[in-house]
Amino acid sequence: MAVTTTQPARPPVLPPPTGRAGFGGTLSSEFTKIRSVRSTYWTLLVLLAVSIGIGAAISAGTAANWSHMAPSDRATFDPTQASVAGLFYLGQLVIVVLGAMVLTAEYSTGMIRTSLTAMPRRVTVYAAKVLVLAVVALVVTFAAAFIAFFLGQSLLTSTHDSATLSQPNVLRAVIGSALYVTMCGLFAFAAGAILRHTAAAITSVIGLLFVIPILAHLLPSSWYQDVARWLPDAAGRALSVTVGPQPPHLFSPWGQFTVFAVYTVILLAVGAVLFRKRDA
Amino acid sequence: MIEVRGLSKRYGDKIAVNDLSFSVEPGTVTGFLGPNGAGKTTTMRLILGLDYPDAGTVTIAGKQYAQLAYPMREVGALIDAKAVHGGRSAYNHLLCLAQTNNLPKRRVGEVLELVGLTEVARKRAKGFSLGMSQRLGIAGTLLGDPALLMFDEPVNGLDPEGILWIRNLMKALAAEGRTVFVSSHLMSEMEHTADHLIVIGRGQLLADCTMEEFIARSSGQTVRVSTPQAEQLAKVVAEAGGTVIPGGTDGALTISGLIAAQVGDIAFDHGVRLHELTVVRASLEAAFMELTADSVEYRAAEDGPEDGQRQPTEGQPPALELAAQGQSAQGQSAQGQSAQGQSAQGQSAQGQFAQGQYSHEGQI
Repeated sequence: MAVTTTQPARPPVLPPPTGRAGFGGTLSSEFTKIRSVRSTYWTLLVLLAVSIGIGAAISAGTAANWSHMAPSDRATFDPTQASVAGLFYLGQLVIVVLGAMVLTAEYSTGMIRTSLTAMPRRVTVYAAKVLVLAVVALVVTFAAAFIAFFLGQSLLTSTHDSATLSQPNVLRAVIGSALYVTMCGLFAFAAGAILRHTAAAITSVIGLLFVIPILAHLLPSSWYQDVARWLPDAAGRALSVTVGPQPPHLFSPWGQFTVFAVYTVILLAVGAVLFRKRDA
Repeated sequence: MIEVRGLSKRYGDKIAVNDLSFSVEPGTVTGFLGPNGAGKTTTMRLILGLDYPDAGTVTIAGKQYAQLAYPMREVGALIDAKAVHGGRSAYNHLLCLAQTNNLPKRRVGEVLELVGLTEVARKRAKGFSLGMSQRLGIAGTLLGDPALLMFDEPVNGLDPEGILWIRNLMKALAAEGRTVFVSSHLMSEMEHTADHLIVIGRGQLLADCTMEEFIARSSGQTVRVSTPQAEQLAKVVAEAGGTVIPGGTDGALTISGLIAAQVGDIAFDHGVRLHELTVVRASLEAAFMELTADSVEYRAAEDGPEDGQRQPTEGQPPALELAAQGQSAQGQSAQGQSAQGQSAQGQSAQGQFAQGQYSHEGQI
């Protein structure tokens, strides 16, 4: 009797494959990744605390001080901006950490090699990361913006100057702040993809969003007015203003947002090309 | 199954892999050997598309790795067991890998069970020992139940229990008919598991053969004799067709081309007194180290002076050097002597070291 040298077929443990691994699976994977590390929860918790807490503190402080405020100050007081100031001033710093770490943490831990071995189609991985980050950031920043707004306005009730969503520009300011902070997260993600280093990415994004605008203020004011509309952070300030005229040296609020969005898209594209091209 | 053709890769000035070609056949355990820095990991990274080659191609079942429909169902690869986000639990780590290839969630539990990590499935990976990390990494490779498995230095740094576990696992995987491509810088790791060997040094192919061929090549043995009548014995041995390699100061001779019994008979016939008659065999480890001696990248400082003495053994393919290898058994007893013998023969410092460490002597 002939001895067969072929191995007995292994009993299949998986159903036969159909199609190919693609965006859907990678999207679930990236969602699992972002929800399964503590740093995500910490940063988002800090984001909520800072946004809501600072908005509430400004609102409560203003309410307590209202009777002593000069009429001109009362007239220019922007209750909407006050309530969401924590989100677009400090929340952007916090989301930068989350955004950068989505990719840089994979490099610092070495996980990127494991990820790209499981799913070697890199643009798919990159796109899934961007989408998951965008969705998570949107959900949290919208929650932060609306909670901060309603809490702030309730604290301002005694001033009889509190805002409602139906007033002009108010809804735009609340939603715009959330969108701006989300965009900061994506901006930082792209910086992370380009620099592949957490500290470098966070530092450079904070430099672009915070330090450069401060330095720009040191320019002669006519120069500053030419430059300001091209700075990435102008979107946050333009979107959150509901009282008084728009600063003349800026584009419209959504125009400023578009400027920032274009920067972000360009950076994301550069990051994608590098992510695709470079050795992991 | 894996086809590597003309693969080259440099990092800056350093050539990591240089025009490398080989294939890994389905259903075999192929050992991928080379000293540290030989380019094994680079080659594996190029196979997986983690790095891009400067020249050449790699295909798996005829396709580039990134083109495979479900990479994890065809290839399970573990290059670095610590390439894990330490903040993620074992379960979630495996889950996020499984999801990319649309593998069912139940596979995560199954592979955790298989590698014995079920109890720590919810623990964060940063607390794992190297052995546990290695198991986690291997669990990841098994998620897609692939026919091809690739491990880079899987036993590096493991304790004996971990090493035994990996060895048994590789054997079990091979027994199931899977192809296993496993790298190591230790021949001894391959001796009992690999069917086929691919040996590289300085990014270049040094040997691509079956284990049997490698053993056949390296089993060249010599006979060491010590006698007070060395000159006389050398003469008669040469007449009988043996080759005498001058020995050291103790009057010992190393003879190749004759077996020990022949040497003993010749000595008896000519009335030569023998004080010692020893068969010296090169081990696989020694054979491997001899083969790769010239491609060892980093050498300990004390090897430096001897380095200058190292000369290629002219006209001899590496396999033949193995015969000369046994000669340096003398090195075991007297260092100064062996250095002398070595320079006389242009033998490598590595061979010397290897020999002292690993060669087996059969006393007759």
